[in-house]
Amino acid sequence: MSPADINEDVIKESSMLKQKEMISANYEKLTSAPETGQKVASTYVPGNLNELIMCFDMLNNLPEINAIQNGMRKQSGAMIQDAEKMGHSEDVCTYVKADIGNMAKGAIAPNGKPMPVPDLLMLSYTGCFTFLKWFELLRDQYGCRTAMLHVPYEGDGVITANMRDYVVKQLKEEVIPTFEEVSGVKFDIDRLRENLKNSAKAEEDFVWVLESAKNKPSPIDAYFGGVYYVGPIFTAFRGTTDAIDYYKILRGEIEQRIASGQGPITPEGEMKEEKYRLVVEGPPNWTSFREFWKMFYDEGAVVVSSTYTKVGGVYDYDGFRHDPDNPLESLADYCLGCYTNRNLPMRVDMIEKAMEEYQADGFLINSIKSCNSFSAGQLMMMREVENRTGKPAAFIETDLVDPRYFSPANVKNRLESYFQMIDQKRAGGSPSRAA
Amino acid sequence: MKNTSEIIEYCQELYEDIDFTATRKWKDADPARKVVGYMPVYVPRELMHAGGILSLGILGGGDSMEVIHGDAYYQSYICRIPRSTIELAVTKRLDFVDGMLFPSICDVIRNLSGMWKLLMPDVYVRYFDTPQNFISGIGGDYYVNELRELKEGLEGIIGREITDDQIRNSIAVYNENRRLVNAVYDFRTAEPWKAPSWEVYLLMRAGMVLPVEEHSQLMSDYLAAAVSEDKPMRDNCRIILQGSFCEQPPLNLIKSIELSGCYIVDDDYMLVTRWLLEDVPTDGDPLVNLSEAFIKHSGETAAKYVPDAADKGKFLINAVKDKAAEGVIFAAPSFCDPALLDRPMMAGALSRTDIPYISFKYAENSGQMQPIREQAGTFADTIKLWSEAS
Ligand code: SF4
Ligand code: SF4
Repeated sequence: MSPADINEDVIKESSMLKQKEMISANYEKLTSAPETGQKVASTYVPGNLNELIMCFDMLNNLPEINAIQNGMRKQSGAMIQDAEKMGHSEDVCTYVKADIGNMAKGAIAPNGKPMPVPDLLMLSYTGCFTFLKWFELLRDQYGCRTAMLHVPYEGDGVITANMRDYVVKQLKEEVIPTFEEVSGVKFDIDRLRENLKNSAKAEEDFVWVLESAKNKPSPIDAYFGGVYYVGPIFTAFRGTTDAIDYYKILRGEIEQRIASGQGPITPEGEMKEEKYRLVVEGPPNWTSFREFWKMFYDEGAVVVSSTYTKVGGVYDYDGFRHDPDNPLESLADYCLGCYTNRNLPMRVDMIEKAMEEYQADGFLINSIKSCNSFSAGQLMMMREVENRTGKPAAFIETDLVDPRYFSPANVKNRLESYFQMIDQKRAGGSPSRAA
Repeated sequence: MKNTSEIIEYCQELYEDIDFTATRKWKDADPARKVVGYMPVYVPRELMHAGGILSLGILGGGDSMEVIHGDAYYQSYICRIPRSTIELAVTKRLDFVDGMLFPSICDVIRNLSGMWKLLMPDVYVRYFDTPQNFISGIGGDYYVNELRELKEGLEGIIGREITDDQIRNSIAVYNENRRLVNAVYDFRTAEPWKAPSWEVYLLMRAGMVLPVEEHSQLMSDYLAAAVSEDKPMRDNCRIILQGSFCEQPPLNLIKSIELSGCYIVDDDYMLVTRWLLEDVPTDGDPLVNLSEAFIKHSGETAAKYVPDAADKGKFLINAVKDKAAEGVIFAAPSFCDPALLDRPMMAGALSRTDIPYISFKYAENSGQMQPIREQAGTFADTIKLWSEAS
């Protein structure tokens, strides 16, 4: 999600350097926690409570990000196999296994130093059931303090008062007291308000960045580039002034790109001609990320909107912003509103709207083998979007961090025939699905 | 009085009928009657009953149904129950169902609730989200409101109010049903040769499609008959089966385990029938009572968070002790996230307590029983050897 350190040669803009600095500094802080005595919370990206965690002077360590880092470094394959040898099923989420395999190896951070044992496991359980089990598995390994925040699912596509009250009550009566105990720091709601104010500022610019893809040509790739742009807002930086600065710099860069009519930057420089505008559903593959991306930019395909950039919070679709005037309610709404916590009809509506607003030529699903939260129901979503928009849709299958399930030849073939299909559709022919 | 074979024959007919004829018949008898379907693991059937609604447990299509359309809805790496359930829907086998409940058990069932909304916009669909916080004033309050919302949804289906007295009455009916379920299970634990697991399984499956009163009667009849029937006792070992709480194995799999030398003395099939571990009080606020029963006295399964790490696996270990089991067989559906993610933790807890276990996966349409029979047979032999040696 924010692996700026391996991205050096990809995008050399100052926003990237800024993010790289932020990430390195955070890893330094994390790995030196045993010496500095700073307390560490492990938590997940969707529904993370970064603004709250910071109120207790604690650091935030995210297991998914570590799995992604190891995926991009091509180390996750061995870790997954180690976890399978330890008795974890080949059928389950590979993030979990990459994380467990990594722990068995001593959990080394990207800076080469060991990751600290967390002082608190903070499970904000949103959008995915696997988190709950993953959390129990981590607890089994670490034996540290735990706090659990159950975030109900938006089964009817709405946040009810009951759901919000439940989350707020858990925050007040369970989560905050646990943080106070573990950190020794008293909760100060004004500090939380301040952090939330910072979040909202960064969120404004973040949404502007996402929406810049409405331009033609799009100055950004909202999937392959998007995974870098979501870095600060999804992880340990939401609520910091660093995140505000990052998005300001990024916005400035994109403004310039729009002014000069430039397309997105790719690992091989600037993308020349924008031929296909796509909306993409599902997480990317990390183990062959560059190769995967190349299959798109080589063909002039730009992703103008992706659902993955909403997994750690939805800020564009219904205008949610963290709200310093209603701090706990706003944290609840944030958790409740993460993309995979919304029901399928709503996910389809969001995609349909994006197809229209971003003037997309087609809809593509990258279905992840080990992620039921995203994947179950995607074939139906594809048909719905296709029927509603009349635009061609395609379906490819890969995995997040298990290299065994990324078949380059297959994916490339499918993408090529998909692009041909879009051409045909443009030429007035009727598309047949490339799935 | 009917003998067990006659009772089980009837249950098997119900089990094999993927058109749900018995439930349809019940509904057709009175135009005002309504049916609400539900998936595993748990829904408060008391509320449906209080509204005069029949709860229909939907556990996929089993091994007799050919899945033609369902595969177009799911990738190959997703378990089978949602695709066969979709198959039931698109082939109109569920066209008499007025509502569907999807409990919060995993992301597949969760997303299926949304698919159902898209597929059948006129049917009442509810994702039934039970709390993972087990404090009365937090998770309990939330759950009371969830129950209230469900009650209102059901009232919408029947077009009238469901009163507290009606719910209290239904609570009593289900208390009785659970007592009988537990009596059948206890009987099997005590004399497993008299109540083979495949029979007990079919008897419980009947409870998925019949009115609860009929199911209770059926269990009473079975117990009365089974006690007095003489069946040969085998030299089987005693095992607990774990992980089959959602997608169901083929009946042959259950038979195979027993034939290979294992008496199943406990299992997690159809947990809805014994999810609540104590009687629910019939006085006071019925929704609060149902909520408290869930929060304080419900079973443990992979879909439920265990707040205290030290308690993880205790439920299973206690069951092993209480049922005098000698080992555990983890039998989980392929691609079942909750069961398979839970397994290493449960296996760890068993290892620490020196309880032997084996594990395998199945699908509802698994055909090959030989490998399972061999694995279970070897397990049984090993257990016997151990017990002889110690
Ligand atoms: S199942 Fe999907 S959403 Fe859940 S932890 Fe795994 S990758 Fe993340
Ligand atoms: S079998 Fe497992 S993964 Fe599949 S629907 Fe049931 S609980 Fe979910």
